[in-house]
Amino acid sequence: MKFAVVVFPGSNCDHDAHYATEHVLGQQAELIWHKDTSLRGADAVILPGGFAHGDYLRTGAIARFSPIMQEVKRFADAGGPVLGICNGFQVLLEAGMLPGAMLRNANLHFHCEHVYVKVEQTDTPFTRACSTVRPLRIPVAHGEGNYYAEPDALERIEKNRQVIFRYVDAAGQATPAANPNGSLNNIAGICNDGRNVIGLMPHPERACELAVGSADGLVLFESAVKAVSEGAFAISR
Amino acid sequence: MTMTSELVAQHGLTADEYQRIVEALGREPTLTELGIFSVMWSEHCSYKSSRVHLKTLPTTGTRVLQGPGENAGAVDIGDGLAAVFKIESHNHPSFIEPYQGAATGVGGIIRDIFTMGARPIALLNSLRFGSLEEPLVRRTMGGVVAGIAGYGNSIGIPTVGGEIGFDESYTGNPLVNVFCLGTSKASEIIKAVASGAGNPVYYVGAKTGRDGIHGATMASAEFDDKSAEKRPAVQVGDPFMEKLLLEACLEVMRTDALVGIQDMGAAGLTSSSCEMASRGGAGVEIDVSFVPQRESGMTPYEIMLSESQERMLLVAKRGREAEVERIFEKWDLHAVRIGEVTTDGRLRVRNRGEVVADIPSKALTDDAPRYSRPTAEPAYLKDAQQLDLASLGRPPATRAVFRQLLAAPEIASKRWVYRQYDHMVRTNTLVLPGMGAGVVRIKDTSRALALSVDCNGRFVYLDPFLGAQHAVAEAARNVACAGGQPIGATNCLNFGNPEKPDVMWQFVRAVEGMGVACRALDVPITGGNVSLYNETDGRPVLPTPVVGVVGLIEDARNVGRRTFQAGGDVVVLLGESRAELGGSEYLKIVHGLVRGVPPALDLTREAALQRLLVDGIAAGVIRSAHDCAEGGFAITLSECCFDTGLGATVDIAAVAAPAVSFGDVATLFGESASRVVVSVAPAAVSDLLARAAAAGVPAAQIGTVGGNRIRITIDGRVALDESVADAEAIWSGALERYFERTRAIA
Repeated sequence: MKFAVVVFPGSNCDHDAHYATEHVLGQQAELIWHKDTSLRGADAVILPGGFAHGDYLRTGAIARFSPIMQEVKRFADAGGPVLGICNGFQVLLEAGMLPGAMLRNANLHFHCEHVYVKVEQTDTPFTRACSTVRPLRIPVAHGEGNYYAEPDALERIEKNRQVIFRYVDAAGQATPAANPNGSLNNIAGICNDGRNVIGLMPHPERACELAVGSADGLVLFESAVKAVSEGAFAISR
Repeated sequence: MTMTSELVAQHGLTADEYQRIVEALGREPTLTELGIFSVMWSEHCSYKSSRVHLKTLPTTGTRVLQGPGENAGAVDIGDGLAAVFKIESHNHPSFIEPYQGAATGVGGIIRDIFTMGARPIALLNSLRFGSLEEPLVRRTMGGVVAGIAGYGNSIGIPTVGGEIGFDESYTGNPLVNVFCLGTSKASEIIKAVASGAGNPVYYVGAKTGRDGIHGATMASAEFDDKSAEKRPAVQVGDPFMEKLLLEACLEVMRTDALVGIQDMGAAGLTSSSCEMASRGGAGVEIDVSFVPQRESGMTPYEIMLSESQERMLLVAKRGREAEVERIFEKWDLHAVRIGEVTTDGRLRVRNRGEVVADIPSKALTDDAPRYSRPTAEPAYLKDAQQLDLASLGRPPATRAVFRQLLAAPEIASKRWVYRQYDHMVRTNTLVLPGMGAGVVRIKDTSRALALSVDCNGRFVYLDPFLGAQHAVAEAARNVACAGGQPIGATNCLNFGNPEKPDVMWQFVRAVEGMGVACRALDVPITGGNVSLYNETDGRPVLPTPVVGVVGLIEDARNVGRRTFQAGGDVVVLLGESRAELGGSEYLKIVHGLVRGVPPALDLTREAALQRLLVDGIAAGVIRSAHDCAEGGFAITLSECCFDTGLGATVDIAAVAAPAVSFGDVATLFGESASRVVVSVAPAAVSDLLARAAAAGVPAAQIGTVGGNRIRITIDGRVALDESVADAEAIWSGALERYFERTRAIA
């Protein structure tokens, strides 16, 4: 299958996502410049981490006006799998493709560290091959990952099973100490109503090889391969 | 405009220097020319006090591809690749405005690396602050750390290691030294030269503003209570602009349309234009009216001296202009043609056609003043080297000392700091930060690089010649503990006012010591930076010649680890322990003393030790290695246990101490050099001991890994017995507590 990795000016995890999908996973991957208007036949789209457009105004706020985002929206509306990682998640929030917003981390510091996240739902293209039992050890690296939603929106997200990833401790418990940034309900990642657009703050692309500390993140990309090969979340072109 | 002696003095120039300017020009300078000379002849740009001494350092070697003189040095790392690296200071701006001072320091060193055609892949930093008991120091440190994080994290270059030291002498003059390393094809290193008459000179990047005017001159003057007024001389960084510049420049470099490129760092447009011209043996003519400006009404003087960040000057091949401009357009940057290369060897500056400066480039660069400043042994030295342990009374109980040292900011975990740095982006980081060397793999090869920055300022204060040798030896030892063969070094020499003979003496002796150690360990210095005038109200900082060493790991699968790997493994102490408490962390923390002579250093044995480590790790014999530094053996052994939960039970031999009651203290906390705690599988012990014997390195099998306690006996008598968890709790939380306290007050 083929992944499209969108490159905004200021993206800095674009090459990491490309490396993980192409080199580690052995699939096709193509970097797509934000001024492009075609996803070139990709089966899944990744909005990578970084600080698109300098994070000026707000994180992710300007990226939604990048020309490629029209195409990403069309792709998502057609049911195609879209994964926003870190800044990519922030872009999806600003673009209205996912509910909620990001605040600065509760301690106001940038935070880079391995954390544990529990996969809560496996009916999405990026969690299809995941286990909901064993938490994944994946790094976070962000200054604004404190997920917020209005109370009724939060209730709806929880009720619709849109919380896909939650910060937990090594034993799988969603404790306050396991929450690295103050996110409501320890939310690390969510999906849209259609369950094909997923955003998460942790960086699975940085956890695809034991040599760099963890290979737990690879299963997200393997899930996409599985989903596409099984014909689930295939886009209606 | 008439030149008055007052105006000359305001520009930091002496009467003699002014005379030399008049001679070089054959006439009185214009104001713009005076400004240009003042920044180019400042200590910061001209190295006028240091250059004659720096020339004595070893700078060549079989792996050296680029020595000092370019934007950065480069060494051959195999596979046709080069490691391009340098360390640079941003001390003075970081005191005035910690966040922006540190951030722009990161931005500056990154530009130095990608200017050479290399993609930056790792950052390290070496920081010094005053006592964390001072709220001002906590604010400074918090700002510096946030500034480094804010810039490095945004641009997506991981900060993979570093070191932090604390001493009262840095209270009003912190040190912020930033190291950056990049990789490129060895055959594609780009030089900062201007050549080829008629080739266009381009300006690209941020617009020029009035920020940072006379930053280079500021960095060449001592601080006093007026320093706060110099805030406008600190620049503001924009990592987004730099990220665009980085990507665009690397893309332009992949074409062959480029002749040379240099960033506009200290002394901005002035230094970049005349240095490129001087290196290329050519001249450069520019018209400042074409320079994109952020403010209106800027004079040629201001435009030439501005230190606005994220700007590059480049020379393209004539006829290839469209190609270059198209690439910058893609990244929404505008490359503006501001002049061209000439043949007359002069820097000619016009303003709307009218000549406002016309100077032989060499007068600004190669022919800048050089001083062999007078030196005199500091008055403090003889007394400070005297250490009478008997006069200190009985030492406190071992356990209390151990706990006190674990909580000392210099020793305690730096997690509060490195957690703010993105240390994993680019997915090359094989060893997470914490202590010792940072390790990054080189994708598409089997190799990795181990990187370390180090300096013990107390050692240098007490004996600059020996202390500087320690800085080289320890940085190289850290790299060797990770399995890296040291192949090149860079230095950042932080000292006080060189016009003071005792400071100059420290400098000269330290450079001599550094040269001796670099030769003995075969690590050439490929570039670096000198930061002088690090003083506040007449008090110099501890002399701090920071050394950054690059080590090559041939097989990235064999990386040395700091921590013990498995219960049952055997602990071996490499090296010899002596009663050496001079300049130790123990004396500083427990007795408030910086006294005595630093530990002895046998460079031949050090070289043998490092070879033993590199070979032993590559052969898979050594499973973990961690060198003894601040806090001595007891702290090192504990650090081998932290992060694993594994304990260790060891028995070591007592050292003979001059004051009998200090025997255990010297044995546990003495800082004898060239010692490393390693662990090996039981079956590999004889192999390691044989290797050590062959290398002439003392080695003692001292115990085993296991249990959950750190238990040290001295000649069979229990000297320390502490649970790993308790010790780790003290160590891991100590630094954080200082900053939580700050927040509670705020």
